[in-house]
This record gives sequence, structure tokens and C-alpha cells, in this order.
Amino acid sequence: MENSIDKYQPVIGLEIHAQLSTKSKAFSSDSAEYGELPNSHISAITLAHPGTLPRLNKEVVNFAIKLGLATHSEINKYNIFARKNYFYPDLPKGYQISQHTGPVCSNGSVTIKNKSGVKKQIGLIRIHIEEDAGKSMHDQDPEDSLVDLNRAGVPLLEIVTKPEIYSSEEAHLFLSEMRKLLRYLEICDGNMEEGSMRCDANISIKKKEDEKLGTRTEVKNLNSFKNIRSAIEYEIQRQIELIESGNRVKQETRRFDAHSGKTFVLRSKEQADDYRYFPEPDLSPVVISAEWIEQIQRQMPGLPEELYEKYVNQFGLSHYDAVVITETKEIALYFEELVMHTSNYKSAANWVTVTVKSYLNELGIGIHEYPVSPVKIAELINMIDNQLISNHIAEKQIYPLMLTHKEKMPGDIAKEMNLLQTNDTGLLNELVEKAIEKYPEKILEYKNGKKGLLGLFVGEVMKLSKGKAEPKAVNRLVLEKLEGN
Amino acid sequence: MTHYLSISEIQKDLREKRITCVELVNYFLTRIKELKHLNAFLDVYEEEAISHAKKSDEKIKNGQMGRLTGLVMGLKDVICYKNHPVQASSKILNGFHSIYNATAVERLLNEDVNIIGRLNCDEFAMGASNENSAFGHVHNFVDETRVSGGSSGGSAVAVQANLCHAALGSDTGGSVRQPASFCGIVGLKPTYSRISRYGLIAYASSFDIIGTLTKSVEDAALLLEIMAGKDEYDSTVSSSEVQQYSKEILPAKKYKIAYIKDYLENPAINFSIRRETENFISLLKDRKHTIEGVDFPFLDYMVPTYYLLTTAEASANLARYDGLRYGQRAEGIHELENLYKKSRTEGFGEEVKRRIMLGTFVLSEGFQDAYFTKAQKVRRVIKDKTMEILADYDFILTPTTPSTAFKLGEHTQDPVQMYLQDIFTVQASLAGIPAVSFPFGKDDDNLPIGLQLMGREFCEGDLLNLVNQFVNCP
Amino acid sequence: MAPVITESTVDKLAHLARLSFEGESKQKIIKDLNNILGFVEKLNELDTEGVPALTHISSEINNLREDKVIQNITREDALKNAPKKDSFYFRVPKVIGE
Repeated sequence: MENSIDKYQPVIGLEIHAQLSTKSKAFSSDSAEYGELPNSHISAITLAHPGTLPRLNKEVVNFAIKLGLATHSEINKYNIFARKNYFYPDLPKGYQISQHTGPVCSNGSVTIKNKSGVKKQIGLIRIHIEEDAGKSMHDQDPEDSLVDLNRAGVPLLEIVTKPEIYSSEEAHLFLSEMRKLLRYLEICDGNMEEGSMRCDANISIKKKEDEKLGTRTEVKNLNSFKNIRSAIEYEIQRQIELIESGNRVKQETRRFDAHSGKTFVLRSKEQADDYRYFPEPDLSPVVISAEWIEQIQRQMPGLPEELYEKYVNQFGLSHYDAVVITETKEIALYFEELVMHTSNYKSAANWVTVTVKSYLNELGIGIHEYPVSPVKIAELINMIDNQLISNHIAEKQIYPLMLTHKEKMPGDIAKEMNLLQTNDTGLLNELVEKAIEKYPEKILEYKNGKKGLLGLFVGEVMKLSKGKAEPKAVNRLVLEKLEGN
Repeated sequence: MTHYLSISEIQKDLREKRITCVELVNYFLTRIKELKHLNAFLDVYEEEAISHAKKSDEKIKNGQMGRLTGLVMGLKDVICYKNHPVQASSKILNGFHSIYNATAVERLLNEDVNIIGRLNCDEFAMGASNENSAFGHVHNFVDETRVSGGSSGGSAVAVQANLCHAALGSDTGGSVRQPASFCGIVGLKPTYSRISRYGLIAYASSFDIIGTLTKSVEDAALLLEIMAGKDEYDSTVSSSEVQQYSKEILPAKKYKIAYIKDYLENPAINFSIRRETENFISLLKDRKHTIEGVDFPFLDYMVPTYYLLTTAEASANLARYDGLRYGQRAEGIHELENLYKKSRTEGFGEEVKRRIMLGTFVLSEGFQDAYFTKAQKVRRVIKDKTMEILADYDFILTPTTPSTAFKLGEHTQDPVQMYLQDIFTVQASLAGIPAVSFPFGKDDDNLPIGLQLMGREFCEGDLLNLVNQFVNCP
Repeated sequence: MAPVITESTVDKLAHLARLSFEGESKQKIIKDLNNILGFVEKLNELDTEGVPALTHISSEINNLREDKVIQNITREDALKNAPKKDSFYFRVPKVIGE
């Protein structure tokens, strides 16, 4: 079987639905917030009562432009909406307002990076605005489905990639990059469990040497990163097996079942609905001017891709550090503030990726709950660099106090605790004397060539100084003493 | 009781204490009961109307008259009035009560209008005779064997028979103008987007507009002035300035008018209607207006274009009536797909189903370009050509309808014949321009004839000014 | 010209529109639709090459709403008109297979 897998190239395109974090819905003023009691975020418009009309939320367009700029898309100037017609209990109007021809963004791209930092660009066919449907619950009652329309009308951006994703690994990387982007832009919380980010995958395989794509299947509603990987892997395997056994892949829509890890047919191509898209006459066109785009451009935050490049190329950080720091906007912002106060980027990165991150992980909190401000970490780094304290003192003695004494600066703590390093030669010489007196027999060994014992004496001095001695000075004095004798 | 022609006459008498609002309402309530068999009203809000009138009389005493205090009005059953039933004369909305006010209604209520009831119409405003109502047809008060016209048939007859002083209708392809013409009253279809459509049950969204059925031009002007303008609930409503139409209609101005020669030569047009149109042309000349004949070879394309586009939009607009969240649900069905089908099949009447099917077809894959998109292109041609005439002339004159009110049942067997009722009215609907039907003369059976004037977008002030020079209803 | 609408077209359209036509009513709708489509054939006489479709009649653009929450109805209002409901939900029959 392994041989046959190598013959094939999986080709994957993703469709992502990102629920926008606006306050109100796409076309009406009722709340778009998640998690209220059923049917409480509703209006006559959401319920599609007779005579109601949609009116577009401006923020939805702003968010679409943001994502368009972040993905280097072309922003469509003249935007109209379309009705996508189908019947379902969670679709109150009997049509979904969407965009059909002329999506708000097209021809964008997103760069993904694998573990070793190798980059690949994934093209986006389109990003368009549409509205979410409500929810039907089928398993709460033996007889009826229960319909909750809180989610109906919540704005979505549908992001459609080109078929340029070649493995479940790449799909995963793309999705996490996209989620990162949405979160940086603060337009979607990217929470797959709550369904604020959802994904469908179009999957096909072709022989590696073939140009033409194979017949694809669409796998619907993959609601976690794990499911996406499993569904894609299962589907690739299923298609290879089909072809290897002389069958053909049928164009169809399939559903992933997380329990069995398998995909099942939902409907065949023949059963596909005719959605009868046509221009939505109830909404006036949206014309996006260059000024509007510029105005959004000015509000754009630093994006993960740009920050990553800066950290690797200008700051000389490792791929790993740059990835960890840009993982979330909050950590990146923390780091950005940190490097405003210290130019030791590597040390700053180290503090963030190791010390800060482990604290957050241990307590399971976000960086907004982290008690130490970037300014203080910067001062700590600068004190080390200026040889006012040792790394050891900083980590083991000062930092723990910074966590509990939020009001204090590390310099104050060091002074109060008398932890500032000393390079006072008089005092240090005294300590060197003491250390040497302690091990007369070791001096002999040293003189007989066991030069490694230098560390023992230095260590003893450090211990006697309670860590405050400046190690380089101690080293020099001990060496002078031993060699001089 | 004086037969008032205008709201200003009513208010004058109210102010001078010759009459009270309660007396007015009681008068109308009595007439509604006496003429119940006309079937104009679906519901009469008797107690509410009386108690509203009492409050209005108090307001008059305290000198707090609204601009519409004393106006007793009916609403076509496609216009939402909070906590009142509205069902587009369809079984599918049985039992439905609106939970909000249409913007137009809200604005009228703010001026103290007294809404006395809801008025019969063709189901979902689809029809030209009011014979497609789930509640039966409406009788023309002039000759009860004849139709009221439609779809705003109840609204037209209610004003014609003086069951209320004025009524709101809606016009998609002629639904205000045609019944106004059949009933001998003034029917105004404003420019598309002049009045918010919020709360108007949609038939075809790119055509629908609320219109007025009144005895005088003055009332049409005042009601439009109050209802028109921007609205936070309608993104298509025009932001252009609302004229003070009630002032615009005075003093009389001179205009340049075109009439379309081919229309008068059309064989379908009734002899007396042609005669009266020609009489009106002479009258315009006599009164020193300029009137000239122009060519416009597009008449045959109008009704087909109109039907392709309106049915397509309707097929989507009526998808919400599924018996799930409101309205009538078929009984004893335990499976969703069947429930949809049964509720909708039982709930909608034949004409509505026919239009939904046609609309579904013209939007369907493989046919959309040939039918729907083609019609959108023809619509542009018709609009552009109409605007070309209106670049040279202030108005276009046509008859409102090819015939006067026909007999009940006369056209019910052939949908296409019924559709041709709209032949002169759909032009303004396709172009989105304002048009008014006003009574001018009678045919040999003494049935009223209506003539139509169309004007440029948002030029209702001038349009009503001209009509006001000729309308002085009986 | 062959009729555009056949029995199978009507079945397909009726399903899309969630309507049903049986027996006589089916024959009538086939006849009516073909009749109407014959009538609208007229449009093909008019050359519309290069004419852009007219999709929006209002000349308004960018009529947008600020992102403000206005909650003006309650759950009770929402459920008031529902043919079948409980205190929280609209109730509808299940789709077979779900």
C-alpha cells in the first residue's frame, strides 16, 4: 500500500466560515453575541416576519476589508449581495443573503510555514460576506426538532482557498495561520468548539505526474483541528483505495463522523440543490472607495507574518522563538512592548518563550492576566546585561518576588534584598582567601595540573557572596591568586 | 354628513366644531356595516377607532391637532400594524399578528391618523381584479357585478364607497392605479424608494411601493409628504429630499406632456377610453399645456418583462411562508419536507402558486440567463427609453387601463389575459418612476375611466400639481 | 416550439418551491406555465447585446447601519405567532434520517 500512496498527490481546497465578532448581526440590530438563552437575540428581521428588510452593518464591511488587506487580496469596489435559495428550518427567510458574483475580496494569499520554517503560499480564490443560519437541535426531543434563531443573521466571512493544499499537515497549518490572522485582526475569535470558525474541505487525489485534478469530494463541517486532519487523511486513503481497486471517486458531499473517524455520503452531485442565486434587491450596493480602504489600512495591527519576518531577519531570533512569540497577538504585543525597553532581543525572546510562557501554561491563563509588565522584565534583562545581578539571582530570587509584588520594580527588589552584584576587589579578595584556606589540599592538586579545580574555588566564592559576586571578577581574582602562589 | 373631499376640509370642520372625530368614525362604521357585502374590509377595529376618535377630540379641544387628526383610514392587508392581524389576504398567514409597525404606518400614527381596519386585496398583491383573495372578491360600488380592480381592490372600494376617507395600497405593477381607475378615485404610485418598504409585505422587492387611494390630489400629496423619506430599516429607501408636496400642488403650473401614439392605436384599448384620452389631450391644449405625440415601440415587451422579474423575486420573497415560525401549518404531518409542501400547497392560492412556480423556473439553473437576466436587460432598455422621453417632456400620458371595470369572473380562466390588464401601468413600475391615475370621464356603462400620468423620479410635486388642475372628484 | 415545461420540470420546480401539484392541478400548471412562457418569448425579439442587467432600481449606495445593538423584541414576542413551540424554541417536525 505504501507504494501506491507515493504515486498519488492529494489536492485540497478549504472553505472556512469565520463568524465575525461584531456587536450586532449582519442585517439587523439584534445582538450577535454567542451563548444566550435560545431565541433571545432575535428581531422581527431575524425571524423573517412579513415586511421586514435587511440593512447591512458597516462593521461587517470594515472587517472584510481588514481581512482582505491582511491576505493581500484585491478589494472589490462595487459590491452587491445575492439570495441563495433553499428551505431549512434554521433559515428563516428561505434564502441566505450572501455574495455570489463579485465577492468583496479575491485573489489573496496566506503564507504558511512548516516546522522547519519552510514557507509556502496558499492562494485564496475569494472572501465573501454572508449571514449565518440558526440552529436546529434534533436529539433533544423524540418527535420534534427544536429551532433556536440566536445565531441566524450573525455575519460570516467565507474564505475559499485555491486547491493548493497538498496534505492534512498543510491544511492544519493553513487553518491555524488563518485563525491567527483573524485573531490578530480581532474580527473573529476563531473558536472552533463554539463554531465561530468552521471548515469544509474539498479533497481529491491525482497521480503525481498528472496535471488534471481528480474528482473531488466535499467534506462538511469539520469542527476541530483534529477532525480536519483525520477527515482529510481518511478521505485521501479512501480515494486511493477506490482508485487502486479500479473504482472511481464520485463527486459528492460527505460528512465526517468523529466517533468512527470515517466520512459518509450526505448527498450526491445529482441531489445537489439548485440555489437559484440572484441579486438581492433589498440591499443597496456597497461601493468601497480608495479612501475607505486607506482608513482601514491605518487601523491595521502588525500581522503575524510581518512580525515573524522582523523577528527572524532583524532581531536574529530563531524560527521557533519567532513562531512562539507570534502565536497570539497578545503575546506578540507583550514582546513588542518588551523590546521597546531593551535591545537584547534574544534574551527578551527567551524570557517570553520560556519563563513567561511556562507561567501562563502552568496556571492556564492568558497573558492579559500575567502580573508582570513588559517594562519590568526589560529592566531585569538590562540589569543582567549590566552585570548588576546574575542570571541566577534574577531568575531564582528577583523574578519570584516580581510575581507577588506587582508594584515593585526589579531594581528596587534587588536593592531592598541587597542582591546587587559586587565587584569590590577588597571584599572579593577576602572571600577568595577564605575559599582557598578551606581547601589547602586542592591547591596542591591544582598546581600539579588539575586546572579544572578553578571552578570549585570560584563556586565557593560565589557561595560565600550569596551569589552577589560578579562572576567574571571572581574568576580573575581566583586565577591571579592560584597562579601567583 | 358632508361628503368630504379632503383632509383639510375635515380639519376645518373639526376646528370650527361642526363635527367631531367620534361622529366621523361612527359615520364610517355605519357605512362599513351597511355595505359589508362589498367585502372591502377584512377586519374593522371598531372599538379602537372609537376610542382613538375620543382621544383625538380631546386633542382638538386642547389645540393639539396632528396633521392627520380626523383622518379615518384603512390599510391594505399587506401593511403591518403592530398587534393587528395582517395576512396579505392569504390563508398561509392565518392568525398572524404583526409585532411591529410599518414605517409608513408609524409616521401616519405620529400625525394622529385613525386606522379603522384592514382591507381586502389580491393574495400577496398578485392580481388585477381582487379575485385572488382567500377572502373572496370585492365588489365595485358603481356596479356590484363588476370587479374592484386589484390588487388594492378593497382599498379602492373603501374610498369609492366612502367606508373610510383614504386608504393605503401597494403598487407593484399597477395595483394602486388600476383599482383607482376602476373606482373613479385618485391612485398615486410614488417613485420607487420614495417611501420605506419596511412593513410592506413583499411581492417583488425591486417594484413594490406603498401608494395612496384618495378622493383628492391634495390628500395624496399630504400623505406622501408624511410617509416619504429616509428610514433606518430600509437600505433602499431614497435619501433625496422630501418635497412639501401639499404646497407643491399650488399654484397651477404649465407643463410639457408627451402621449405615446402607439398606445392609443392599440387594438386592445376600449373605445371610450381612447375617446376620453383624446378629450383630455384637447383639454390640456386648451389650458395652454404643451402636448405632443411620441413613438415608443416597446409596449409588447412590458408585461413579459414585468412577469419574469416579479415572479422571480416573489418566488424568494414568499419562501418565508413555511408554517414553521408563524402562520398556518398543515395538520397531522410528522416529517419536515412534507410539512413544507403541504402547508404551502394548502396555504397559497392558485395564482400565487403559479407565480412562485414561474419565478422558480426563470431563476433555475440553465434558464436564468435566457429568462431572468434577459428581462433585467430589457428592463434597462425600457427604463432608458422612458427616461429619454422624460428628458424632453415633464410627463407621459397614457390611459391607466385598456378597459373599464370588467365583470367578475370575466378573466379568471386565462392568466395571460388578466396580466394584460397591467399593460399601461407596468412601464412606471419597470422604470421606478412615479405615476398617478386620476378619474377622467365615464364609459357608455357609466363606469369611471382613469388616465395615467408618469413623471421623472422624485417629481411627485409637479406630477400632483398637474393632476390637481383636473381632478375635482364628485 | 416544444413546450419548455414538462411533467418532470414541474416535479423539480415544485420540489424547489416546496409545493405539490397532483393530477388535474399538475396538468393545469404545466399548461399555464407553457402558455406564459410562450407569451414572454416576445422578449427575444429585442436585441439586448451589451446591455447590462438592471439589478437595483434605487440609486442609494452605502446605506449602512452602525454596529449598535438594539434589542426591541422579546422571546415571547418571537414565539407568539408560532404554530408549535415550547417556552424556548420553535418546534418543527424532523427530517427523516436526522
